[in-house]
Amino acid sequence: MTAPATHSAAPAARRLSLPAFIDGRLLTLVAAAIILWFVPSGMGRYGTYVLSLWLVMSVAVMGLNLTLGYAGLKSLAQAAFMGIGAYATALLTSKVGLNWYASFAISGLLTFAVGLVLGFPALRVKAHYLAFVTLAFSTLIWLVLRNEQWLTGGVFGLSNIPRPSFFGLKLDGALAFHRFVVVVTFLLAVVLWWMIRSPWGRAFTALRENPIRAASLGIDTRMYTLLAFAIGSAYAGFAGALYAPLVEFIDPSPFSLSQSFFLLLMVVAGGAGYLLGPFIGALLGVVLPEWLRFAGSLYLIIFAAIVMLLLIACPQGMSGLLERGWNRLTGKKEGSR
Amino acid sequence: MAEFLAYLIAGIATGAIYALAAIGFTLVWQTSQTINFAQGEFVMLPAVLVLLAIKLFGAPIWLGALIGIAAFILIFGVGFKLAVVDPMIRHGVLPLAIATMALSIIMKEGAKDGFSAEAQKFPSFVPTETISVFGAAISLQHVAIIAVAFAVIGLLQWFVGSTRLGRQMQATAQNPTVARILGIPVERMVLLTFVINAALAVVASVLISPIYLAKFSNGEVIGLFAFIAAIVGGFNQVRGALVGGLIVGIVDSMAAAYISTSYRLAVPLVLLVVVILVKPEGLMGRKEERRV
Repeated sequence: MTAPATHSAAPAARRLSLPAFIDGRLLTLVAAAIILWFVPSGMGRYGTYVLSLWLVMSVAVMGLNLTLGYAGLKSLAQAAFMGIGAYATALLTSKVGLNWYASFAISGLLTFAVGLVLGFPALRVKAHYLAFVTLAFSTLIWLVLRNEQWLTGGVFGLSNIPRPSFFGLKLDGALAFHRFVVVVTFLLAVVLWWMIRSPWGRAFTALRENPIRAASLGIDTRMYTLLAFAIGSAYAGFAGALYAPLVEFIDPSPFSLSQSFFLLLMVVAGGAGYLLGPFIGALLGVVLPEWLRFAGSLYLIIFAAIVMLLLIACPQGMSGLLERGWNRLTGKKEGSR
Repeated sequence: MAEFLAYLIAGIATGAIYALAAIGFTLVWQTSQTINFAQGEFVMLPAVLVLLAIKLFGAPIWLGALIGIAAFILIFGVGFKLAVVDPMIRHGVLPLAIATMALSIIMKEGAKDGFSAEAQKFPSFVPTETISVFGAAISLQHVAIIAVAFAVIGLLQWFVGSTRLGRQMQATAQNPTVARILGIPVERMVLLTFVINAALAVVASVLISPIYLAKFSNGEVIGLFAFIAAIVGGFNQVRGALVGGLIVGIVDSMAAAYISTSYRLAVPLVLLVVVILVKPEGLMGRKEERRV
């Protein structure tokens, strides 16, 4: 019954006469990037800042989406990895005087390497031990950020973090830096889009759907799981490298364990395993509270309650709900991601 | 030497608290294969509810304690099982684990917004004096914690090992399918485990709060240490969680005294990683194989 339907889907896609390597998700990314480039003009400094913050958090959530949504690993250290990236970039640009691009790359490499070191022993024993090892790691990083005052400034944090420049063009203004964030986020999203379509990404998905079958197909499950975790962590490092110059002042609090929980909830709220899910999740977690200012810290409770309801009603999150709605509108069968 | 003894007693006392939380954690793990990330908040909240009941109804301490404890066991024992675990378990273990993270945020922020962001004094049932043993000043509160916690754990061991209901519960934890075939009311047994988990959390909360004060953020450390205790001890049995709790409590107390106060949290974490690497099933645990 379903077999003919899948056969007829292929020619239907060809009828759109687009090159084979372009799909709807990439087009959405391009369109969104163009819109976001222009949107903030007239929004004021604060509105622009919130939009940039949304994109930066989306990068961190994107990485966690790869780890959790595609590879099915519970990582409870995404905020800690973001902290490593943020502090590394802050120190390298303000104290060492390195330029932002090099610091960005170093932040990513550093978090990738730490991810490998952390993931290897944890995954060697059992997959759910990664949750505990990352839980412990998160706390350790937080302790170091708080206690090593000579390096991190302790609870007083680091200030005067410079913003990058682009071929001599200073990006100090809110709008200029926002556009810079749009471009970097877009590039990182495209890399992830490409990765997920590549044989690598297919291996990640195979792991999530059925690890035993994946192994029987000759996929080195341990290596791919580890890679998914390390790349996911590197995205947190990249997010941190963007976060530091955006807020221009960092202290340990945004990189605590509870923040890692919060990032995980964003992945789920947006839709784990959907490329565009992280943007929706970060929108719900970062931008919505700004609009719902009156709710104050009550918002966190509301957000957590929404996630719980989503988990009961639709474990695929907002993206899953949207997909369901879209499929109902177009009369398509469910089940295609 | 006297100093050492005092630190040891303090360590055993906090270790007993961690053990109570860790045992609840392993019970929930066994019956639903779920990691309850809200376990620390489970220990934090009863004390807050008790204080809230005292404040709201102007009740005397014993009545407030009764109302707060009953409310907690009803909501977070029975309610947690029916409203969170039951509808989510069919989606697999991951959504449920994430739901408990959401629950921990709700509990923590709820305690902060609904009660107080400040640490509150919690009435102690034991005089806050110290007695001198071999020249060491030992707090009566610590002694009371150790006595009560061990009595409760002993009672639980007896219940699980020697009563019909307890053995049915154990059978359910080990293999729900076979238990069902044998005519054990599996659903009711699972519910019972969740109620016991809530009750253990209540005991831990009432014991620790006079010392640590009742504060919304208490769950973070207690939850973390309960996890570490459960893994270090081996989280497929009560005995393991008990041993793990004591080890973590003593290590934590010694680290605070002899290493550094700012990194005392790090020492049990290192212990956790070492145990995961060397003996992943935990010091007391058996290798996890499901017998059919």
